[in-house]
Parts: sequence; C-alpha cells; structure tokens
Amino acid sequence: MPAHAFFFYIFSLIAIVSAIMVTASKNTVHSVFFLILDFISISCLFILIGAEFLGMIMLIVYVGAVAVLFLFVVMMLNVAQQKNQWFGAASGGKHIPVGMIVSLIIFFELLIVIGGLKLKPDLSNDFINLSTTNITNTHSIGNVLYTDYIHLFQLSGMILLVAMIGAIVLTFRQRSGLKRQSYIRQISREKNDGVELVNVKNKEGVKIDV
Amino acid sequence: MEYLNILFSETYKILFLLLPVLVSVAMIVWLDRRIWAFVQKRKGPNVVGPFGLLQSLADALKYIFKEIIIPASSNKIIFILAPIVTMTLALVAWAVIPFSEDFVLADINVGILYIFAISSLGVYGIIMGGWASNSKYPFLGSIRSAAQMVSYEVSIGVIIINVLLCVGSLNLGDIVLAQEKIWFVVPLFPMFVIFFISALAETNRPPFDLPEAEAELVSGYQTEYSGMMYAMFWLGEYANILLMCALGSILFLGGWLSPLDIFPFTMVPDPLWLVIKILFLFVLFALVKAIVPRYRYDQLMRLGWKVFLPISLIWVVLTSGYLLYFDLLPKS
Repeated sequence: MPAHAFFFYIFSLIAIVSAIMVTASKNTVHSVFFLILDFISISCLFILIGAEFLGMIMLIVYVGAVAVLFLFVVMMLNVAQQKNQWFGAASGGKHIPVGMIVSLIIFFELLIVIGGLKLKPDLSNDFINLSTTNITNTHSIGNVLYTDYIHLFQLSGMILLVAMIGAIVLTFRQRSGLKRQSYIRQISREKNDGVELVNVKNKEGVKIDV
Repeated sequence: MEYLNILFSETYKILFLLLPVLVSVAMIVWLDRRIWAFVQKRKGPNVVGPFGLLQSLADALKYIFKEIIIPASSNKIIFILAPIVTMTLALVAWAVIPFSEDFVLADINVGILYIFAISSLGVYGIIMGGWASNSKYPFLGSIRSAAQMVSYEVSIGVIIINVLLCVGSLNLGDIVLAQEKIWFVVPLFPMFVIFFISALAETNRPPFDLPEAEAELVSGYQTEYSGMMYAMFWLGEYANILLMCALGSILFLGGWLSPLDIFPFTMVPDPLWLVIKILFLFVLFALVKAIVPRYRYDQLMRLGWKVFLPISLIWVVLTSGYLLYFDLLPKS
C-alpha cells in the first residue's frame, strides 16, 4: 500500500534527522526537544506496524513522563549555556573513543538480535499469529505478559522499585530545625488556643511563654 | 484519484468535527464568564449580541488585530511553536470522542490511551512557552504548571484503570456501551469526585490555577504572549477543559446513553445527550471557579500525591477484588 510506505518514510526520516540533531544541536534544551520529536515519530512507526498499544505506551511513558523530567533537569541545571559541540575541541575529543566503543557494542548487539531472528524463525511465529487473529494487541500482550512471562514481569517491577528506593535514599536529607506546617493542626486550632486574656499589673508587665 | 477521494472525505469529516468544537469553545468562554458573574451578583458580558452571546467573537476580532510582540531575548522558534502545540494537541484529542455508536471520527482500539497520551503531551506547550520567553515569571509559572500536570496525570491514570477493570476494553465506544445497565458514576462515585478534582488540576482551572496565579506570577507562562498567540493558548486551554468534561461524561456518565430508556428520553438524539452531559460538567467547573479560593502550592502537591494517589490505588484493589469475588470480570 503506497500511502502506508509514504508515511513510513516520512516518520522514519523525521526520526533519523531528529536523532542526529539531538547530538548535533548546540543548545541542550533543543537537544531534548529533538529527543521528544524522535520519541513521537518512533511511536508513530509503532502505530504504523499495527502495534498501537506499544506506540501509545511509548508516548505516555517516554514523552509524557521521562522526557518532561529530562527537560526539567536540563532547564534547572542551566547547562543550556555550555558549549555542546560535536567532536568538541574543548575536551580534546577524549570522549570520542568511549563513544565509538559503546556504539560498536550496540551495533553488534543489534546484529545478534537480527541474526537470532533469522536463525530461529519459530521465535517470531507468535508475532505473525497476532496479526492474523482479530484479538486486539492489548489483549494479546496481556495474555502473554501475565501468564508465560509473569516472573520476568514481576522481576522488572522489583528492579524499578529498587531503583526508586535507591534514588530516594540518595537524595533524602533529614534537616534539623525545620518548621513543618501540619495543616490539620492549623485547621483544628481554635480561638482559645491562640488568644489568652491576662490581667497585667501596673509597672510589672507580664511574662509570656513562647 | 482514489487517494484524493479518501483525502477529501476525511478532510470533510475532520472539518465537520473541528468547526463545532471551535465554535463551542468560543461559546463556553462566554458561559464561563456569565456563570462566574451570576455567582458574584454581577451581570457579566451582556452587551455584544443577544445576552452577550457574540462577546467571544468580538474578543477574537480584537486579538486578531492586535500586534504580536516577540520578545527580543526569547528563543523565537520555540516561542512561536508553543501556542501552536497547545492548540493542536487540544484539538487532535477530539478525534476519538464517540458522539454516538457510529458517529466517531477514529474508532481506534486504544482510544482511552490515546486521549491520555495526548493530554500528557499538553505539558509541552506550557513548558516551551515558559522557557522560550526567557523571563522569570513565565519560567516559574511553567515549571509549576508542569509539575502540577504530571502529578495529577498519575491519579487520573489510576482512576482510568478503575473504569477499565469494569469494562475490559480500551475502546471508548465499548466503555460507553458497558454502562447500559448502570452508569459508572454510581458504583465508582468516589472515583468520579477524584477524577473531577484531578481534571480541574490537569487543566489548570481554579482553584488549582497556580501556573497563572496573577498575584504572584503576573500570568505565568502566558505573560510574554500577546495578540493571536495569547488567544491560541486560551483556545487550547478551553478546548482541553471541554475535552476533560467529555472524558468525564464518557467514563462515568454514560456518554451518549440516555439516563432512562423510556419514551421522552429516547426522543433526544444520542449526540445531544453527550453535549448535555459535557455542559453539565462544565457548569460544575465554572461554579467551582466562582466559589473556591486558590490552593497553596504545597497543599496542591500534597493533595495529588498523598491523598488522591493512595485512595485511587486502594480503590483499584477494592474494585478488582469485588469483581473477582462476585465473578463479574468482563469476559473477552
């Protein structure tokens, strides 16, 4: 279907260009915006291949939550003013070898994944079955996730929980001498607690306990 | 040629949906101001046209002819993009709202997720506007607003899970059809209340209009905007409010279904019922705006994270336990 292919090429072009612009743009906030554009076009690609559930979850989780936090951090840390140059001369290009190693590893991992699919075609049979039956893919993901892969699913939940608790422990500081507002106490305070009538003797004054 | 035909028919359908939404946004602004005025024993806009109905039109004309001022130190591209993003996102979400069983622009399987995703993207218009203005008040306002919207989205998500447990489908049409016996507002009444309050916070309505608290932040992220760009923020905001009302009436008030399936009610066409329900929720929104004072920011965050989130999570456990025990879980 030509229209399908047309949209595929448009979205993948946007995805690739914005992915390049993430690293190439000089302003860090612009980088984050390009990253968001990248996420959006990737989720459009997901929807094009019929995985609408994954596409929507991608939008909700990555664009709606993760990228907002990215943007917060980038805006608050004021890194926007730093020079973010491609193959920056300031750092002497020291990070280029590390980047090359990481990207090589990712490249070979991708090769292994694709080769694995070619070697064991029966692994992908489930996916082919999905498109022929008329169960929605939300149902089919749920059917697989909560039966065959329930342990892995729970395990990933545990990992996220541990990461969350770790982040809270690392950033939590108990500060002393902090005055907290308990608003139940504020509301339940009445006239008699706050105001006291005292008979003041002349030239003696009165002692007030604080 | 065939593609062109499809293109034309789709464009026609989109215009058929979009124009009523835009017109009703303009009318709803008038209604909002009128209700606000009546609660405060004022008259409200009553000069332009009968009952002041054309006031929004006059306002729009004024905005169109005003000069658009772009601050010299702003980030120009993002500054211009922000109101466009806000308004576009507020309008595209209407694509999946079902007005009757077959009167819906895009009947997709994951309709509720689509609306949720689009409304979570709405944060970006505000952040972009606040950051690109390159000025203190807009920036503070946008940070506040983004934190607020992200927080209340979490509780709205959990409330939606409650409804989905009773329906067993993510399709908005199925959600409405599941309420033929009883509207979800009856069994899930606490969730409806929490949804209503979260929707107020999500759309930055009073009493949660901290982003534009005029006493502290001038008018938040909109401070530097003028002319038509300001009007676009405004239109987007009200379109979002209408969308939240529509979502509330679909999730809890039975969408296009009539309250009783007997003679005088069945005469009313389906889409009209949805409109009546949206208007009912909107009048509630407007009344809240008129009678409740603004929240303090820390209380707002406390309400979202420490009150609404635990209650709605507990309600998920209760709902699923009840459905499981009485074997009422929807079969697919």
